[in-house]
Amino acid sequence: MTIPIAAIFLEAGPAELWDALGEESTREALRLSLVTSVTALAIILVVGTPAAYLLATRDFRGRSVAMTLVELPLVLPPAVAGVGLLVALGPGGFIGGLIEDAGVQLVFQTAGVVVALTFVASPFYLRQAQAAFEGLDPRWLEASRTLGASEARTFARVAVPAAMPGLVTGGALAWGRALGEFGATLIFAGSFQGVTQTAPLAIANLIGTDLTGALALSAVLVAFSAALLASVKLTARGKGHGLAVG
Amino acid sequence: MKRLALAGALALTLAGCGGDDESDEETQELTVSAASSLTEAFEAYGEETEIEERFSFAGSDDLAAQIREGAPVDVFAAANTSLPDALHEEGLVEEPTTFIANELVLTVPKDSPYAGRTAEEALRLMVDVVDPAPDFVIGAEGVPVGDYTREVLAKLPEGDEQAILGFVRSEEPDVKSIVAKLTTGAADAGFVYASDVDAAGGELVAIKLPAELQPVVEYGVAIVSDSDAPDEAQEFIDGLLDGAGRDALLDAGFLPPEGE
Repeated sequence: MTIPIAAIFLEAGPAELWDALGEESTREALRLSLVTSVTALAIILVVGTPAAYLLATRDFRGRSVAMTLVELPLVLPPAVAGVGLLVALGPGGFIGGLIEDAGVQLVFQTAGVVVALTFVASPFYLRQAQAAFEGLDPRWLEASRTLGASEARTFARVAVPAAMPGLVTGGALAWGRALGEFGATLIFAGSFQGVTQTAPLAIANLIGTDLTGALALSAVLVAFSAALLASVKLTARGKGHGLAVG
Repeated sequence: MKRLALAGALALTLAGCGGDDESDEETQELTVSAASSLTEAFEAYGEETEIEERFSFAGSDDLAAQIREGAPVDVFAAANTSLPDALHEEGLVEEPTTFIANELVLTVPKDSPYAGRTAEEALRLMVDVVDPAPDFVIGAEGVPVGDYTREVLAKLPEGDEQAILGFVRSEEPDVKSIVAKLTTGAADAGFVYASDVDAAGGELVAIKLPAELQPVVEYGVAIVSDSDAPDEAQEFIDGLLDGAGRDALLDAGFLPPEGE
């Protein structure tokens, strides 16, 4: 399992890799990847946290259907996600026409990349967040309400802090998925340096002409993914501790 | 119970292996790495041959990179002659042969306001009447179709070249990705091969480039030096020069190479 990862670092020397990162196109790609994935993550956290809380604590008609739909992008091939986004939100799509009239264009724009990343990465967060909220002792939430706290206050002051380790894990997984996104971005948003060409797209573009550049970008993504994974493991360890105190 | 399951799994694995061995003996499989633009023609040719082919279609530069990294490929067919020549100099493929030619065209969706115009008129309109600016998709640099496109644009007056490059919204990894952006209505115009417009089934219109802008688009093919099946690879290439392969290519809208 580790062989391909080690090979990325062994194929070219560290000095060569470092030099390749000085290229404008690779730096642009990393900057764009960071901006779009952080924006997507922010949208996922702001919208996804209350949504996951409602899914976890309310029983309503069509709840299981809603949960299945929310999780669908998890198993959807990225190319399918890209084609779906293109025919729905592209200039010829049924929603695309409306948003185009409103003066918003997504295809070939950085905003389109954010939409693609949000779409494919959100279920990674929602699943974890929902499980974290479901794992809370309902008596805590009840106690908060009995003491006169509103539903919103209960959510913000009791549920979110208590579910924090699960939320952090979900956020890290969603961020990792967003950073690695390739197929949906290429098909929906295209590939243009500085606008839509994120690091994975730049890697695919460089393989044919500049293998060292592709390896250097890959090395950065590996390092970042490893850091994310490590932070997830650390929060998971902290979780046991937190519950003991609670 | 556990032991029984294990025995069952083992039996299945062995049965699986047996099946593979048999198929290997019956027919030698030929792995052909080919430029995206060859997709339809090579698949049609594959139906006609005795050999069992496995095709891998992608941008020629990505396929060349795979061969450089030692991918087990028997035949390399690129949308230019420079990539096979470069691999030959590196000792990775045998002497390449130029087997077919193509034309680069400006292409637009069939309901486009630019459809039915000449290339000069269409480009003039795009550059001078900038509102709304057309969204262009072209091949990335290093991909043959992207390099041909830049060659064409470089022959335009400087201001026009810069204007068209300014309309480019996406640089795609292979020609089929360009076609997809146009058939879905995401983009307004692009540069692809004449055969790709034929393959798009009436969704796109080809606008022929004037002779002075037309680049020489010739395809090179070579046997990969490490091939386990050089005889079958040679047979496959022979069919491209004269036979079922050549017929399939001409049917798909390709042209005989210069000097034939």
